[in-house]
Amino acid sequence: MYAYTGKILHVNVSNGNVKTKTFDDEFAQTYIGGTGFGIKTLIDNQKPGIDAFDPENPLIYALGAVCGTMVPCAASKFGVFAKSPQSNMLGEAYSTGAWGAELRHAGYDIIVIKGKAKKPVYLWIDDESVQLMDASHIWGKSTLETEETIKKDLGDQYIRVSAIGQGGENLVRVACLINDYFRAAGRTGLGAVMGSKNLKAVAVRGSNDVKVASPSDLQELCRDLYERCKGPKTSKYRTLGTAANVLSMNSQACMPTRNFQSATFEGAEKVSGEYLNENYVVKIQGCTSCAMRCEHIATVPEGTFKGATARVEYEPTMAFGPYCGVDRLDAVIRAIELSNLYGVDAISTGIIIGFAMECFEKGIINEKDTGGLALNFGNAEAMTQMVEKIALRQDVGNIFAEGVKGASEKLGHGSEEFAMHIKGVEMTGYDVRGLKTAALGYAVSRRGADHQRHGAYGPDLGGQVDRFKAEKNRGPIVMANEDNYCIFDSMILCKFSRGIWKGYDEIAKLYTMVTGIPMKGKELQVAGERMSNLARLYNIREGLTRKGDTLPPRVMKLPIPEGVAKGSFVSQQDLDILLDGYYEARGWTNEGVPKPERLKALKLADYSNIIKKKRESKA
Amino acid sequence: MVRHSFVSVDPDKCVGCRICEYVCSLEKDKVFNPVKSRIRTVRIYPNINASLTCRLCEDPACVIACPRKALEKSLETGTILIDEDKCNGCGWCIEACDFGSITLDPENKIVKICDLCDGEPKCVEWCPEEALELTNRDILAQKARLDAVKKLLKASLEGA
Repeated sequence: MYAYTGKILHVNVSNGNVKTKTFDDEFAQTYIGGTGFGIKTLIDNQKPGIDAFDPENPLIYALGAVCGTMVPCAASKFGVFAKSPQSNMLGEAYSTGAWGAELRHAGYDIIVIKGKAKKPVYLWIDDESVQLMDASHIWGKSTLETEETIKKDLGDQYIRVSAIGQGGENLVRVACLINDYFRAAGRTGLGAVMGSKNLKAVAVRGSNDVKVASPSDLQELCRDLYERCKGPKTSKYRTLGTAANVLSMNSQACMPTRNFQSATFEGAEKVSGEYLNENYVVKIQGCTSCAMRCEHIATVPEGTFKGATARVEYEPTMAFGPYCGVDRLDAVIRAIELSNLYGVDAISTGIIIGFAMECFEKGIINEKDTGGLALNFGNAEAMTQMVEKIALRQDVGNIFAEGVKGASEKLGHGSEEFAMHIKGVEMTGYDVRGLKTAALGYAVSRRGADHQRHGAYGPDLGGQVDRFKAEKNRGPIVMANEDNYCIFDSMILCKFSRGIWKGYDEIAKLYTMVTGIPMKGKELQVAGERMSNLARLYNIREGLTRKGDTLPPRVMKLPIPEGVAKGSFVSQQDLDILLDGYYEARGWTNEGVPKPERLKALKLADYSNIIKKKRESKA
Repeated sequence: MVRHSFVSVDPDKCVGCRICEYVCSLEKDKVFNPVKSRIRTVRIYPNINASLTCRLCEDPACVIACPRKALEKSLETGTILIDEDKCNGCGWCIEACDFGSITLDPENKIVKICDLCDGEPKCVEWCPEEALELTNRDILAQKARLDAVKKLLKASLEGA
């Protein structure tokens, strides 16, 4: 086996025990890497039903085959996995930058961290030397200060750090992990899992070679891939960046605005990618081995938020902009910066603040609760201050730190009716009321509200299907997209590069070139299906039923009030049609449970006790 | 006049992707390993990026520093030649280099310095941003001069 080191590092932060285990070719061939490794390791290492903050909840890092090589847009991607404190189901998030490559060079493919340290510690991996270091001096510090301090303390600027900020320490349920200053493993609250272990960071330095099976073939393929990276399939990311979506989503009436009270934002021009690039972007830079680069670094040149610096993407722009009724990019940049520094997911945090604003306008919370903030939609200053209050659990921030779902449960007074989350995870930047294929993708997404597990807005917006109509044929579309994205997340390839790849066959060829493990396109596709099913089994084990595959109340009850999608929403009947079509395509029961025959065919028979238990409990 | 060329970076174009590091280690050592690369990328928060390698100094501090006379500047190419039998990995040249362009091979403990890949540096060939260039001090001076004049005479150039 090439590329992979075959090593799994097990660390128990309670007692400092470190063990290295290994995996073989068959494991790699079956689970490919990244998300496959992550889900498999989680289901095998976590006691069923435990709380996400139980020390026994494993925090897992996993790499893909191409990590630490010159494969474009892929050298440094890594996945983080644990039981999510938001959904109490599968927690997974991906990041990039330079950290992943460093871990590969240090000699590990997977890290499994369990336990809870008595005092704050960080994990320091320097090739084969693995130790827990005192973190009391960085506890309470931002992610940026943490990264800088660790590099300084250890005297090595090439150390890469994946850290939590105050958000993770305070068990904010939307806390994330930040590495390489700007990159986040953002979704599903994994920073809080790290915080619950009294673990501040994982610092890595590696000096080992990464050897691939066929270096010259790989180089030839890369030559072609690099060319493709300069072509039309990636031009959006190289020029305006994902923020280009602001105007396109807005014109399609898919822009979540003021907590889904609307799907168009009158101030869209002022928070557009065009406006951003013209006035704020100072540099577009890249991750390790990126041949296209997309990282739009923006700095506020003047005014209240002068000097604020952040990497700006569409999703956080949507969340802190239209979602909060804010049309000021300087405030959006500041809010993203604060999210990064405190280590809270910028998407979820913006969605929570939009929710809080509606609570405020409806009188469910008042200025006494907010510590004097007039938390109306459009109040840019109040929005940025709320980020801090949530991360530090100050005032009403303590309630909103529980996420939209947790906060609405605490606040009551009908706030559940506009709590925009799925499975406890806040919505992302697509108003799925007028995107019925995407609505299905969101409803069944294994990590809660999410566009990144399926990209099912593609066929809706691309015109391949009638986006306003719920039909059973969306099931196979979402399934195919999910399985395909599983492969991207297992290799791990950057999804911004997805347009340059020529399907499963080419990716299989790449897998073999890199690892030396035989792989065919069809086998990869089956592996993707395997991962989707394994994730489903995990979620079922942790309590998911058909009822959980649903959409937020407003998506199902409140029609879009204006724009080209005016009048559309997803009725219960629509949702049922979509779910039936999806379960059927997957070969699951109409309760969304995989069947034993298919599990056997997918080499998942070992997990059939989960569906057996499910049947027994039903009977 | 002999004008020795070396690999120079344009920090405005460099995005910090480190492809040069990977390509260099693949070309020279058949592995991917930035630690073995003769060119190294620096990123300073938030957005300063540059890859540095040997600049073929006219009076190289590394050559002067080496207590074992293991380093020598090639008259033909201007690159620093390493006598691997003499080098004992003491690292005095690494400290002497103003650009941090010398590294120690973690395995054989002998220093590594850019040899320009026989005049066709792979890092230049692969850099996706065209941020690296094989050039010489004379050409760099010409460019700087042109830029300076353009800036100074911007008004009259635009008026013309």
